[in-house]
Amino acid sequence: MYLDVDATKCTGCRVCLTICSLYHFKEINPKKAALTIDATFPKPGKYEPRVCNQCGICASVCPVEAISLPARPQPDQAVLAGDARSGGKEGAYIIDSEKCNGCGECVRECPTQVMFLHEDSSVPIKCDLCKECIPVCAPGVLFIKDENK
Amino acid sequence: MFAYGGKILRVNLSNDKISIEPLPEKLVSDYIGGRGFSARILYDELKTGIDPLGAENKIVVASGPLSGLFVPGAGKLTFASKSPATNSYGDSNIGGHLASEIKYAGYDVIIIEGISDKPVYLYINNDKIEIRDAGKYCGKGAITTEEMLKRDLGKEFEIAVIGPAGENKVKFACISHDFGRQAGRTGIGAVMGAKNLKAIAVRGTLSLKVADPDKLLEIGKKAFADCIKHPAWKLWLDQGTASVTNWSNQQGSFPTRNFQSGFFEDYQKISGDVMLKETIVNNKACFGCPMACGKYARTRRNNKEYYVEGPEYETAAMIGGDCAIGNIHDLTYANYICDELGIDTISGGSVAAFAMECYEKGIIDKKDTGGVELKFGDIRAFEHIMNLISRREGIGNLLADGVKVAAEKLGKGSARFAMHVKGLEISGYESRRAPAMLLSYMTCDIGAHHNRAWAITHDIAVGRDVFAGKSKRVIELQHIRPIFDMLGTCRLQWVELELSLDYYPQLINVTTGRNYTMDELLHSSERVWNLNRLFLIREHKDNFGRHFDYPPARVYENGVQTGPTAGSKVKKEDIDKLLDEYYQMRGWDKNGRPTPEKLKELGL
Ligand code: SF4
Ligand code: SF4
Repeated sequence: MYLDVDATKCTGCRVCLTICSLYHFKEINPKKAALTIDATFPKPGKYEPRVCNQCGICASVCPVEAISLPARPQPDQAVLAGDARSGGKEGAYIIDSEKCNGCGECVRECPTQVMFLHEDSSVPIKCDLCKECIPVCAPGVLFIKDENK
Repeated sequence: MFAYGGKILRVNLSNDKISIEPLPEKLVSDYIGGRGFSARILYDELKTGIDPLGAENKIVVASGPLSGLFVPGAGKLTFASKSPATNSYGDSNIGGHLASEIKYAGYDVIIIEGISDKPVYLYINNDKIEIRDAGKYCGKGAITTEEMLKRDLGKEFEIAVIGPAGENKVKFACISHDFGRQAGRTGIGAVMGAKNLKAIAVRGTLSLKVADPDKLLEIGKKAFADCIKHPAWKLWLDQGTASVTNWSNQQGSFPTRNFQSGFFEDYQKISGDVMLKETIVNNKACFGCPMACGKYARTRRNNKEYYVEGPEYETAAMIGGDCAIGNIHDLTYANYICDELGIDTISGGSVAAFAMECYEKGIIDKKDTGGVELKFGDIRAFEHIMNLISRREGIGNLLADGVKVAAEKLGKGSARFAMHVKGLEISGYESRRAPAMLLSYMTCDIGAHHNRAWAITHDIAVGRDVFAGKSKRVIELQHIRPIFDMLGTCRLQWVELELSLDYYPQLINVTTGRNYTMDELLHSSERVWNLNRLFLIREHKDNFGRHFDYPPARVYENGVQTGPTAGSKVKKEDIDKLLDEYYQMRGWDKNGRPTPEKLKELGL
């Protein structure tokens, strides 16, 4: 289960980024969000959201095994830097901020480049499948893909 | 300070001095943000009578408290200055992603002073501020320059830029951003050009803190949901403001051939429906917007592809109708030309239409135009005249000062159809049979612009021949609509998707931790309106009078030629009656000056 996109619909509004940071960090900062929007202008004039597909490569490259797919999600487990809220939704690889040593290996190795480092913390920011962005994305770009269904 | 960046960045281009000042509490509490800030700052800091294109003029770039937050349409920014078009306070609103980025860099306001001795651009990367050489971008188009700067600095920089028209101080040059958004009105692009400032590039990585994040999350989600479920949402997402073109023609309010008519026979060839089929490649939103009115389009011409955002309604009206360009591909290309040259499509369209009518009437001829037949409907003629204007070459030099000044110089009765109020060209609504809309153009604080009081729907609702009582709604709108410009948000979620006004005091209170009522916001907006009136009066002293609020003679001399409003014109005495009622309701005297009691009530 992961967040998927229909990129053709994206308008580049960045609402998904604002709610991501507001929900997880209680502040607003698109650079503290677990997804990003690429824009190619003036030609061909397209937006391309980049989101985490929970491939787990981050977990496999982490030298201290701070990233894992919890068997039974812990709703209150801190998974993101700072004052993080939420965590451990079904299907989401999450970072244990206690264990993370901030080496940045996962950020470098992420194939879709959707693990983000921000100067506020050494722990990367990663999608925890909270799903908050989905209903506020007006054109309906974001949705949950469940390969088991 | 919650919601705000809390800082003013001041840059003097004459002596390269850069300073950072705290945002004054009194400015915040009385003027809220955006155009409230810019109006107060310019009134206080500009000396009377200065040359808008001289070193003493300043540009104020002001975001609002809601800019950059989790709020529908939170991407609006004000550019303000003493306008070269009107010689008074001028401002223009721009969407895109600049307001938010400035806030994330830690600032609410940027004030630009002085004149640089060589072309420069302003580089802002959080607290790293530099005035950098812009030699390599000189003379380049606005779209091209933005692309170059993004390549040079990195894609995450948000960029405001002027084109050749701004560099050459064309008095309706715009400021462009995000490949299709413009601060188009009042010629602030020319002020940037006069300052030798080619661009402003901003990157911010700081967080905005709000007083009650949980409440913002809750209210913000509701507001977004309300927008998305509105029945008109889909049409706005598909067509944006171009969806208004059909309606406006059916109402006979579509400026056509320099406002000779209010109905364009080819409107169906340039409407939103045609764009959907022919040109639109993508929907493009400003920061935080659920309706994405930007329609990114592509056209082909001489085997070359052109990409441009638009045409939106105003461009369709002022170039499509007013210059009679009745083909969507020609119109899209015309839009591209203006965007690349850095020309406001509203004033630019009006100026071209004025020149075309002058040509039609023999006031100018082929000798003046460099051999080109300047005929309505001819895209090549339009392109030719825009190129001349942007270079201030030949007749372009005359036209580059706008229709008011051009008509004064051309004479031969051309002032009677120079369609402006206070020096600012009238935007896209023919209003000879819409008294509230006409009054709104006459009294708009920056010159004839529609966005302060889009009152035509009120005319249609209560009667298009009714004059009495129209002031009430116009004044109401002139107070409500600028609140969005003060908050740093778009108004279209309210206007078009009926997002409840009740959200706004709630949103400002949960984010700033202050305690405003809607009435207090309205009071603040009225304060700004009166302050801008004082600016105008201060500039013109004894010459000031109600004639500043008169529309061009065409409104009372010529009837609309064709379409649903054919034959309509307004009697001169009715224009005075409109003003009498308006002044009285505003607490202004017979000459349109705020009374001492009114000023006291507003704390001015
Ligand atoms: S909210 Fe949706 S449309 Fe807006 S940027 Fe994110 S993915 Fe794109
Ligand atoms: S409605 Fe249009 S102008 Fe307003 S915020 Fe949305 S995209 Fe921008």
